[in-house]
Amino acid sequence: MSQSYNRGLIEDFGRWREFSAGMWAWIFHKFTGWVLVGYLFTHIAVLSTAIPAAGQEAAVLQAGDDIYTQTIVTLEELLLVRILEVGLLAVAVFHILNGTRLLLIDLGIGLESQDKSFYASLILTGAITVASVPTFIAGAF
Amino acid sequence: MAERYSSFQQGGTMWLLQRITAAFLIVVLAFHFFLLHFVHHADEVSFLMSSGRMETWTYYSLMILFLLTATFHGVNGVYNALINQGLSGTKRTVIKWTLILASIILIVQGFRTANAWAGIPLY
Repeated sequence: MSQSYNRGLIEDFGRWREFSAGMWAWIFHKFTGWVLVGYLFTHIAVLSTAIPAAGQEAAVLQAGDDIYTQTIVTLEELLLVRILEVGLLAVAVFHILNGTRLLLIDLGIGLESQDKSFYASLILTGAITVASVPTFIAGAF
Repeated sequence: MAERYSSFQQGGTMWLLQRITAAFLIVVLAFHFFLLHFVHHADEVSFLMSSGRMETWTYYSLMILFLLTATFHGVNGVYNALINQGLSGTKRTVIKWTLILASIILIVQGFRTANAWAGIPLY
């Protein structure tokens, strides 16, 4: 039987101590969504350096001296950028896993264990992020 | 009966599109991260390598579809998050059209970038 449940205004962060697992999932999904959409705009802006690079001479492109290659290489040399990329991975993985959880719940699958699947999303996000650190940091030093 | 708290209209087209793009993005975002961080590495990126991938029409089409679905899913998500925060009236209309404009700029810029790599003269 369906149960009516008034959770109140979830955006009232002052109530965070009262938040249940599902409410945390909602908050995290929104937060990671904001980060990802912000990154999408930044990502396209950085990749747009390929537009002037396309007009550069073949020898310059071959040597990797074009503006696109140089922009990416310079950014990837910064340790801060590598750390931010690990953060981005964590954010993306959580959004993917929790998003899968939400799609399944929308289809009526796993509603009774939605809190457990949220905890599983968190643990799996942590494990994948930690396991990815060596790959993301490689070549930064 | 359980109450609904989603800001999406029940059974609405936007609700369905948000879910369909989500299902697509789960797979393509994971593929994108895997290919560009684990198969290739971020510090090995070069114009010619990116260009080589984009000259394959299947990869180009996938990336264009990725751009379109990610923009829709992200911007529609932001719009609905703002409605949850209480956005309404004239402000809602202004924000809606600002987000639509931002999406158009992002998509145009994404297309130009993809074309520059693919060697398509339209950029």
